[in-house]
Amino acid sequence: MFPIPIEKRPRSAQVIYQALVPIALIMWLLPLIAVALFSIRPLTDFTNGNYWGLPSSFEFFTNYGKVFFESDMPQYMLNSILITVPTVVGAVALSCMTGFALGIYRFRGNLIIFFMFIAGNFVPFQILMVPVRDLTVSAGLYDTKLGLVLFHIAFQTGFCTLFMRNFIRALPFELIEAARVEGIAEWRIFWYVVLPLMKPAIAALSVLIFTFIWNDYFWAIVLTQGPDSQPVTAGITSFNSQFVAQYHLMSAGSIVAALPPVAMFFMMQRHFIAGLTLGAVK
Amino acid sequence: MATTHAEMSWVRRNRMTLTPLLFLAPGVLFFVIYVIIPILQSFNISLYQWDGLGEATFVGIGNYQELMTDRAFEVSLWNNVKWLALYLLAIPAGLFIALFLNQTIVGIRLYKSLFFFPFVISQVVVGLVFSWFYLPREGLLNAVLGVVGLGPINVLGDPTLATYGIIVAGLWPQTAYCMILYLTGLNAVDPEQIEAGRLDGAKGWRMLWHIILPQLKPATFIAFVVTIIGALRSFDLISVMTNGGPFGSTRVLSFYMFEKALSEYGFRMGYGSAIAVVLFLIMLLFIGYFLWSMYQDEKAARR
Repeated sequence: MFPIPIEKRPRSAQVIYQALVPIALIMWLLPLIAVALFSIRPLTDFTNGNYWGLPSSFEFFTNYGKVFFESDMPQYMLNSILITVPTVVGAVALSCMTGFALGIYRFRGNLIIFFMFIAGNFVPFQILMVPVRDLTVSAGLYDTKLGLVLFHIAFQTGFCTLFMRNFIRALPFELIEAARVEGIAEWRIFWYVVLPLMKPAIAALSVLIFTFIWNDYFWAIVLTQGPDSQPVTAGITSFNSQFVAQYHLMSAGSIVAALPPVAMFFMMQRHFIAGLTLGAVK
Repeated sequence: MATTHAEMSWVRRNRMTLTPLLFLAPGVLFFVIYVIIPILQSFNISLYQWDGLGEATFVGIGNYQELMTDRAFEVSLWNNVKWLALYLLAIPAGLFIALFLNQTIVGIRLYKSLFFFPFVISQVVVGLVFSWFYLPREGLLNAVLGVVGLGPINVLGDPTLATYGIIVAGLWPQTAYCMILYLTGLNAVDPEQIEAGRLDGAKGWRMLWHIILPQLKPATFIAFVVTIIGALRSFDLISVMTNGGPFGSTRVLSFYMFEKALSEYGFRMGYGSAIAVVLFLIMLLFIGYFLWSMYQDEKAARR
């Protein structure tokens, strides 16, 4: 292991290290801690200039209650869920298929199609913006969740295909050959042999795509407007103009908006990191 | 009956070609409609003057000529260079934190997750968090500076500082990402090589440089890819933190394009597309390099 394990160092070094880690963590998360502290303060603290002293009262329930019951926040959250979940299902389903095709079969153009997916995945959003917006408008899908979902599925299929194809490549190919010798139809091989083995990849991708889509802001403001279909990342701007300069409420609002992917991450940590670091080890 | 039999056998004979074709069709179709064709369309639109609604007028390379003399374009391009150069700091910073946390004390897993979690938060919220952090009166930064007798500074209100303030906000999640890549990479470092190195008397920097870093190469490659793409894609933070200001000093190409094409500054789709094309071509340099590297790996894997 590198660096040298701390257990092999003198006792004093161990104590210092154990103290240093939490201090470093607090400094690392300082901006976030500040916002969390803001979100439980009463308004009077801000008018009195008491930003960093002890809160004059503990207003967790009042502030977060306002976010949930006196703003459009619940609607935005619901929109985010209704955009994110179908995108995850769609992108993962499509890429299981493309990944299978590109990972198992040898045919002309295989690598070209694969590289098309990878390259497309890296392009700047702005080069797609005007045409995709036109396409969405002319399909009558502007300012609908469906319009956003369709685009997200298409774009995420690029990254998902890269992921799935590499995962399938690493599976033991003998399994598929054995199934072919048995005379099993190709689509059955996909369904009964390969798909069950892809469960970890499906889990990892689902968590990742959930986070990516939940956090998307650019396409949300390009393809939607207003509380009917805007997700929470875009909605937070109107939320903030509703409570302008009321930092306790704006802080509470942004913590609520950030929470679902954070919760997802802490629940599915292993899958999340496995997905993110795919290829970091060879 | 005979024909269906013939069809069956045709399908059976060609199943190794048909199956991948059918499996690819929906994904490729979606991707071509929403990604590949729009890229080509953007190139085309960039040759027109168009407000997005009425008739488009062909102006040839007129939009590009206008870019050459556009001061705001120059500022945006220059800011992109700053983003690119400074964003790369996320890689050594991530490596540093990864080395710091690569221990096995009680609770280290929780520490690692907590260090990572800025990456999970949306950039919009990161932007808000940092713009409050920088607030001249209410912000924590100036509270801390005040304690040591400095400040107050208005980071986001100062045209010379604002871009750097935003880049710092962007570095926060990006460093976390690089850290997790390196932590995973460090996990897979071959302990025998480390032992061999120790026997040869290598330690500290020499060990890191000659034995550890070469083994972390895949992690470094991915860190480079995601950091460069992330730097050139920066949009959310700018939009949330300064909206391009003060005096347009924090614009980057991605933001300026959006401003020209869609915001209240006018619907100049053609001009916006021309900016997008420039950004695309810059990115294409990197994408080309990434693809070339991956292609080398593929070739090696096939052998």
